[in-house]
Amino acid sequence: MTKRELVIVGGGPAGMAAALAAKESGVRDILLLERDQHLGGILNQCIHPGFGLHRFKAELTGPEYADRFIKMVKDSPEIQVSLRSFVVKLTGDKKISYLKPGALEEIEAGAIILATGCRERTREMIPIPGSRPAGIYPAGLAQKMINMEGWIPGKEAVIVGSGDIGLIMARRMVLEGMKVKAVIEIQKTSRGLVRNVVQCLEDYGIPLYLSHKITKIYGANRVEKVGVVEVDENFNEKPGTGFELSCDTVLISVGLIPENELLEMAGAAIDRVTNTPVGPEVNLTSIPGIFACGNAAKVYDLVDWVSRDSEKAGKMAAEYLGGKAL
Amino acid sequence: MTVDVDGRRVISVAGHKCPRGEKYATQEVEAPMRTLTTAVLTRGLELKMLPVRTNKPIPKEKLLAAMDAVKRITLTSPVKTGSVIAENFLGLGADLIATRDLGKKSPATNH
Repeated sequence: MTKRELVIVGGGPAGMAAALAAKESGVRDILLLERDQHLGGILNQCIHPGFGLHRFKAELTGPEYADRFIKMVKDSPEIQVSLRSFVVKLTGDKKISYLKPGALEEIEAGAIILATGCRERTREMIPIPGSRPAGIYPAGLAQKMINMEGWIPGKEAVIVGSGDIGLIMARRMVLEGMKVKAVIEIQKTSRGLVRNVVQCLEDYGIPLYLSHKITKIYGANRVEKVGVVEVDENFNEKPGTGFELSCDTVLISVGLIPENELLEMAGAAIDRVTNTPVGPEVNLTSIPGIFACGNAAKVYDLVDWVSRDSEKAGKMAAEYLGGKAL
Repeated sequence: MTVDVDGRRVISVAGHKCPRGEKYATQEVEAPMRTLTTAVLTRGLELKMLPVRTNKPIPKEKLLAAMDAVKRITLTSPVKTGSVIAENFLGLGADLIATRDLGKKSPATNH
């Protein structure tokens, strides 16, 4: 088992900002683990603009925002990046095991920062009755398919939930030649940014049904249609308002849930409702020397704030390591 | 913000909170512009798709025509962020540029 000063899990915006801040604060031995074959995390699939207005005073796309951090990381000899490296085990005394092509590595770390991000909430986490045909995707998965793999998920889509990913995917699918029948939102207002409602829905004449919900997904092998109904302020169905929309694709855009299995494995306290670490302040966990930042710590709206707060995590880890050495 | 219009021509803008507001409102009513962001197909490179954007906004009504042109592009050479993929794209005065670095596919990469 080798010893490393600081190990950071996750090479997205949070992990990169934490690594750079730890370096600035004097940490000289940083290992950054990333399971994908590139740094950048989820920004790689967020090819639309709107990133970096606060951080860089420029409107960048996700890959462009990531690129600025990737270049700074690559210019830092103190930060060793290990790609295609998937952490499989974390203990409370900061021993970490990860798989990389051809090897299982074990490391004893002085401090650990978890920047593992989120996964998407799925259809199973909101009640939508009906069958289980093909053609139902979390919006972010559809985003990865279209933007990174070059696959079009279907021909006619209905989007459930008006979060920003859903709105952005509405525009993206129209540009790629799909028809987007509607966005269905159970709340009275859109959950996404106003500019996204305008530029992603109104620009393309896509109807947004507020105070509406999906009652059922129909289809044997492939989605065939969905049932939609209006709801009152208590989310009860209004009789006589139901209608159906034919479609072969349903995108689910109902939020994100932090990915904290490693922290749980290490025995740290986790809030069961939000799936976030329980700690005295943001970036801290219940285990001294194990930190969490970015979307793993709490779900953010803007990557600019992920970078800002993750830098604090890098600084905290440096202070922890410095204090321990004394 | 209130915009007084005559057909598609702006007469006056009121209630905007910064100087950009007046300019934006006039543009948005008279000739709305959008930056196109999309991805182009690649061959022999690290990823199957390269994310791209226009380096300045183009007329909103040209977005779908621009997408038709994007779909005819296949990229085979490595690029850097900002590399021009198509110059003066569709004669609209905007270049189509790469928004990330993308290198050649290495033989060891299996995907």
